[in-house]
Amino acid sequence: MTCTVRIASPLRSYTGGATTVSSSGSTLGEVLAALEERCPGIRFRMIDEQDRIRPHVRLFVNTSEAQELTAAVADGDTVHLICALSGG
Amino acid sequence: MADTLWIGTRKGLFALRALDGRRRWKLAGPHFLGHIIHHVVQDPREPRVLLLGARTGHLGPTVMRSVDRGRSWQEASAPPAFRRVESDEPARAVQRVFWLTPGHGGESGTWYAGSSPAGLFRSSDGGERWQPVAGFNDHPMRPRWAALGTPDGEFLHSILVDPRDARHLYIAISIGGVFESTDGGQSWAPLNEGCAADFLPDPDAPFGHDPHCVVQHPARPDRLYQQNHCGIYRLDRPAHRWQRIGRSMPRKVGDVGFPIVVHPTDPDRLWVLPMDGRTVWPRTSVDGRPAVYTSADAGRSWRRLDRGLPRSNAWLTVLRQGMCTDAHARTGLYFGTTAGEVWGSTNGGESWRCLVRHLPEIYSVTYAI
Repeated sequence: MTCTVRIASPLRSYTGGATTVSSSGSTLGEVLAALEERCPGIRFRMIDEQDRIRPHVRLFVNTSEAQELTAAVADGDTVHLICALSGG
Repeated sequence: MADTLWIGTRKGLFALRALDGRRRWKLAGPHFLGHIIHHVVQDPREPRVLLLGARTGHLGPTVMRSVDRGRSWQEASAPPAFRRVESDEPARAVQRVFWLTPGHGGESGTWYAGSSPAGLFRSSDGGERWQPVAGFNDHPMRPRWAALGTPDGEFLHSILVDPRDARHLYIAISIGGVFESTDGGQSWAPLNEGCAADFLPDPDAPFGHDPHCVVQHPARPDRLYQQNHCGIYRLDRPAHRWQRIGRSMPRKVGDVGFPIVVHPTDPDRLWVLPMDGRTVWPRTSVDGRPAVYTSADAGRSWRRLDRGLPRSNAWLTVLRQGMCTDAHARTGLYFGTTAGEVWGSTNGGESWRCLVRHLPEIYSVTYAI
């Protein structure tokens, strides 16, 4: 399964500035694992050591927010990595 | 190399470099603009190496490494992280890499990191890959030792490595207390006897204290000083009971603060920066009149040092990593405030001047050669 991952600006230091990256996998966890292979370090900034999505990160598969890394990803889907900052 | 003050702030990293024998200072940066920099530390075994603990408002915590005195930085490939939990036991995740300490002089490349929530981590490869120190992180008493953390989590800091023995370690947890290991971190014991904990139901509890900063004198490693939430203390090992040396501070000023620093060579000389710990704990300069206090007799007596500092209406806060000395014979002393000012003295605190202002909220000021 090939998908497109849209990269939020705080994470683009890991993608060489790219706003979209192609990845693969049938679940969100697999997509992020493949992304980590290509962009080392990016996963831990979004997902903690207990595989929980960090509080200021939101992950969407197309227009549906994913609560777990087991969320399904289909061929041609777009995964959105969104960073939700609060405070000044 | 020039003296450098590395300034970690809530919005990035700055370097303040001394010119003309510390008469002028030049600001460089920001590096990592927008990143939260908790601590920046030079490796005394290999001075070209620097490590910093960072995160951003959005993203998880990490460690950045420089092997060229801060000209370029690379991210650790395996930042500090707790052991993955498979059962239903509490699952902890590092929120901040709050503290960094180089390992023993004979263990090249070894580093320790302290986190919030309280965790201890070790690297054997110069900070590239980090492993949890299971002897502390999985200690059966750890949940009780650090049971009183605030919603921000409890902070593990003041990781001290005995220069005579790589296996002899001290750590401090705010809130939790001071702990000691003599076997390289495999086992730990509380070391809080004599410290007040007047906020606890049991003021004589063996742990649950709130050390704000603990330092070990490099020339006399058996001497520890502690700035605690409840006073200033000294401990001369092998004794186990801390002595409250803050009792000799002026009563109107009190002996509450965050940082405490020692003279590089004189074990009897130290400096603190008192803050207001009355009522709801403003944690600002007492009565708006900032002052450093120094002792030349291991805390038996104290002297106020405020020449050049604002005389009134200066409500400064200096955090626990926000004060340091340098390595000069005429000791330089520096502190950074949460209002973004760095103040410096090149005569042991006798007189002060503002070196830079308008920086973001300062979390740490550390000296590098």
